[in-house]
Amino acid sequence: MAVGKSVNRVDAMAKVTGRARYTEDFYHPDMLVAKYFRSSIAHGRVTAINVKKAENLDGVHAVFTYKDVPENKFPTAGHPLALTEDHKDAADRLLLTRDVRFMGDEIAIVAAENELVANEALKLIEVSYDEYQPLILPEDILEENARQIHEGSSNIVGEHTYTFGNDVDQAFEKADHVLEGSFRTAMVQHCHIENHISHAYMDDLDKIIIVSSTQIPHIARRIVGEVLNIPLSRIRVIKPFVGGGFGNKQDVILEPMVAFLTLKLNGRAVQINLSREECIIGTRTRHPFYIDVKTGVMNDGTIVARHMDAISITGAYASHGHSVAAAGGSKQSSLYPRAATSFHARTLYANTPVAGAMRAYGSPQIIYALECATEDAARKIGMDSVEFRLKNVARQGDMNLLSGKEILSCGLADCLIKGRDFIGWDEKKKEYEKFKTGPVRKGLGLACLSYASGTYPVCVEIAGARIALNQDGTVHVMVGATEIGQGSDTVVAQMVAQTLSFPYENVLVVQAQDTDVTPFDTGAYASRQAYVVSNAVFRAATDLREKILDHAAAMTDTDVAGLDIVDGNIVDTRKNAQVMDMKTLAIDSFYHKERGCQLTAEASFKATTNAPVFGCTFVDITVDIPLCKIKINRMISVHDSGVIINPVQSGGQIHGGAFMGIGAALSEELLINPKTGYIYNNNLLDYKFPTFTDVPPIHHDFVETFEPTSAYGNKALGETPVISPPPAIRNAVLDATGLCINSLPLSPHTLFTAFKDHGLIDEKGGDNV
Amino acid sequence: MFDISSHKKAGSVKEAISLLTENPDAKLIAGGTDVLIKLREGKKQFSHLVDIHGLKELNFIKKDGDNTIVIGSSTVFSQVIESDIINTHIPMLADAAQSVGGPQIRNIATIGGNICNGVTSADSASPLFALNAILSVQGSEGARDIPIADFYLGPGKVDLKHTDVLTAIKVSPENYDHAFGCYYKYAMRNAMDIATIGCAVNLKIKNGRLQDYRIAFGVAGPVPMRCPRAENMARGQALSSRLIEDISQAVTKEVTPRTSWRASREFRLNIITELAKRATIKALKRAGEELS
Repeated sequence: MAVGKSVNRVDAMAKVTGRARYTEDFYHPDMLVAKYFRSSIAHGRVTAINVKKAENLDGVHAVFTYKDVPENKFPTAGHPLALTEDHKDAADRLLLTRDVRFMGDEIAIVAAENELVANEALKLIEVSYDEYQPLILPEDILEENARQIHEGSSNIVGEHTYTFGNDVDQAFEKADHVLEGSFRTAMVQHCHIENHISHAYMDDLDKIIIVSSTQIPHIARRIVGEVLNIPLSRIRVIKPFVGGGFGNKQDVILEPMVAFLTLKLNGRAVQINLSREECIIGTRTRHPFYIDVKTGVMNDGTIVARHMDAISITGAYASHGHSVAAAGGSKQSSLYPRAATSFHARTLYANTPVAGAMRAYGSPQIIYALECATEDAARKIGMDSVEFRLKNVARQGDMNLLSGKEILSCGLADCLIKGRDFIGWDEKKKEYEKFKTGPVRKGLGLACLSYASGTYPVCVEIAGARIALNQDGTVHVMVGATEIGQGSDTVVAQMVAQTLSFPYENVLVVQAQDTDVTPFDTGAYASRQAYVVSNAVFRAATDLREKILDHAAAMTDTDVAGLDIVDGNIVDTRKNAQVMDMKTLAIDSFYHKERGCQLTAEASFKATTNAPVFGCTFVDITVDIPLCKIKINRMISVHDSGVIINPVQSGGQIHGGAFMGIGAALSEELLINPKTGYIYNNNLLDYKFPTFTDVPPIHHDFVETFEPTSAYGNKALGETPVISPPPAIRNAVLDATGLCINSLPLSPHTLFTAFKDHGLIDEKGGDNV
Repeated sequence: MFDISSHKKAGSVKEAISLLTENPDAKLIAGGTDVLIKLREGKKQFSHLVDIHGLKELNFIKKDGDNTIVIGSSTVFSQVIESDIINTHIPMLADAAQSVGGPQIRNIATIGGNICNGVTSADSASPLFALNAILSVQGSEGARDIPIADFYLGPGKVDLKHTDVLTAIKVSPENYDHAFGCYYKYAMRNAMDIATIGCAVNLKIKNGRLQDYRIAFGVAGPVPMRCPRAENMARGQALSSRLIEDISQAVTKEVTPRTSWRASREFRLNIITELAKRATIKALKRAGEELS
């Protein structure tokens, strides 16, 4: 039984020995290096550009500007093609732009023999601008006479409302208490280790090969074709090992440009390898949100009504645009399905770096506000925070009123109980009562989460798997599921081993993705990969299993009903005896002159279900009031992600997600000058991504439910761990200090202001306790 | 890729001085953790390098005849952390070394480079201010000793002529013997960060009173600095919580932190006040004194 075991990753040895080859490791001797010329202002229009001196520099092969690129605007979001207009992404981007919409916008590009020459050439480009007032804050963007950031289209990229459950207004009227709160989340960045990198070349007259660090090879292929107006079949995207993406590579960022450059340069290889500084400002970020929440609650602890109004800032280009606010907003109906709920969200353009997909896609923002407001409501009526959640959160059998589907598996209540026990909630609550004054204060906090296992019914959910029996009795598996470090290849191998009854070691997953070769799948995002691929893998593996047994029956001239595969061998179940090993069978299937064939199976599957997942985080913290610092003493996240296919890998996801959540909670924020749009901290010194010394030992646990819509009972896990730590930490700060600090991050600067405003730190800088 | 026009490896301090004399554009490189950042940013003034990395004659920590502790300028932070001499006599310098960057940086970055880079946030600077360290410099015009308090001329500017090489940092026994110190770094992260404020305290106690008291700060002004008026006020005073409170208020009248996007003046002042207290209390603890 391979499912449920912590087998080694299929790529463990390649990675720990440094043998794994990433995009940058694929080298072409004559490869050119391309560097963007980026705007030094946040909003304006180029009035003149002179690239002559740059072109004349030794070692420069070409300089292209906005004048040289195709005129058709394209969307960059890594979504499957939408067949209906209302789901199409905003096509608002050109390969290079004359209209500058954020500081760092791409105006020209230099292709040179090496990076040094390219950088020299950039300094020789002369540009002048007509400058406009940057629009950074929502009130400025929404002002009636505000300039349209994209001429001819509103600064509101998208807007929607929904309601579910009882009449929301009536529910508020009947509520014993109505609470309101305003919340803000920061612009944070993925900070994947491997920056964006792609190169392209032509090894034939009409075929462009793109090697790229991407989460979405098949989608990248389609969008490159759209941009360059060439048939999809002439583009081949290869994805080698990827050093993390977290959503930032669920966007087509460099691929169209390297394809354009190789076309222009007669098929010569051209690489773009972004620096960290470029990667932070010039790729994607997490949408900052401004959220107002209203909660109606009864004295007995029932949440009866909820209204949320959210503004999401998507920055200079739509990228994933309003999809992020829509997806985030939709998780309320699976977390608190019984409260009458209304939701309104708008997504705005701004002269800031572009926001796109980032781990958990809108949910960290929405659930942060929701779980802070929920905590405030529990405190308002004086109910224990855990009991209050237990009374209100989803249970198995609840209807998700937005999707209209029943929640078939839900272990959230058990997650809460496990977390409460682990953190020692009741004892610690009592112990910490004496730490509510003075310079050192202590508190406990928790927050819940819900998420989904894919994008259906918003987008198509399609996955493919192909399995072939090798001559030595092993199998090779090809999937379109995209391994980006999250471990999907390993999980696929476990699933195949489980269904074929093969030893895990005998299941070999073809590592690199190649759109000419691998089955179609839309890629790694939405925590969809293991859930959606499960049914494709199961179908293909079941099919191959039958073919293997049929061949065994033919070889042994016995009834197939009496044959089975056990640990990779053919077994006669009636005699309980091994009939032959898999290699013997395989050799026969290949080389017997009359019977058999190469035994293969293939399945492509569309999921029309989307299982909600659940979890919660508990934290125990100490707040140092004079130093304005939060120390996390203990933290646990407990998740219901259905059956856990690989416990160690799953634990890794939780630890990584919690780490990222702690960063967003305590220190991470891209700082932008609100007047000029200048970005101060696009480097990893000044962007305060936590180091491992900043993060406490993180604990995790699971409540394993069985999700019937998945072939192996599993549900999503990849993104969810990032969601609940920030609200849990904010709620613990409230517990420790009595202060509702409703904007992220809870950095020393934020705490200093809050503590000063509330008299916890006095004017002289001393602590008034 | 770095745009390096020339790179000359010096086999000795003498050779480094002559290589610098030959090329008026050349800059010294030792650990490279500051110089390579500037090169990566494309700063042309660092494209000619004279390399003193790994020079044995600059890599040592010893006590000389009169018990002066002498630290070779190319000593890396990891060596400072692991040195028995440092841990026995000036543990606050080990505190400071331990707070620099991360393990890789501490294995290559040198204490001399940290000082010569001239920035106010240098973690080793404020402890060396509190220790009245003397900097030994050799150049084409000979050798000289400079008190660290006179070495910093302004942000990024130190008292080194073009051919000068900092060879050693000296701390004489009257500055560490029977003295107890502490370096407290406040940053936004526990590692891989520059100080928002750094605070070093070095004190001596006699009969329940502060016989000597020194307090130095980094990032509290354009260069690392001491607070002489607060020190004078504290010297001779009996140990008490009140005294610590008074010191923490007194230093605020001497420091000149500024508002930048990294932190406001008001925030830094709050941290300065608090670090003055905490560094003093920790130094007292090392001296075996617990305040009630």
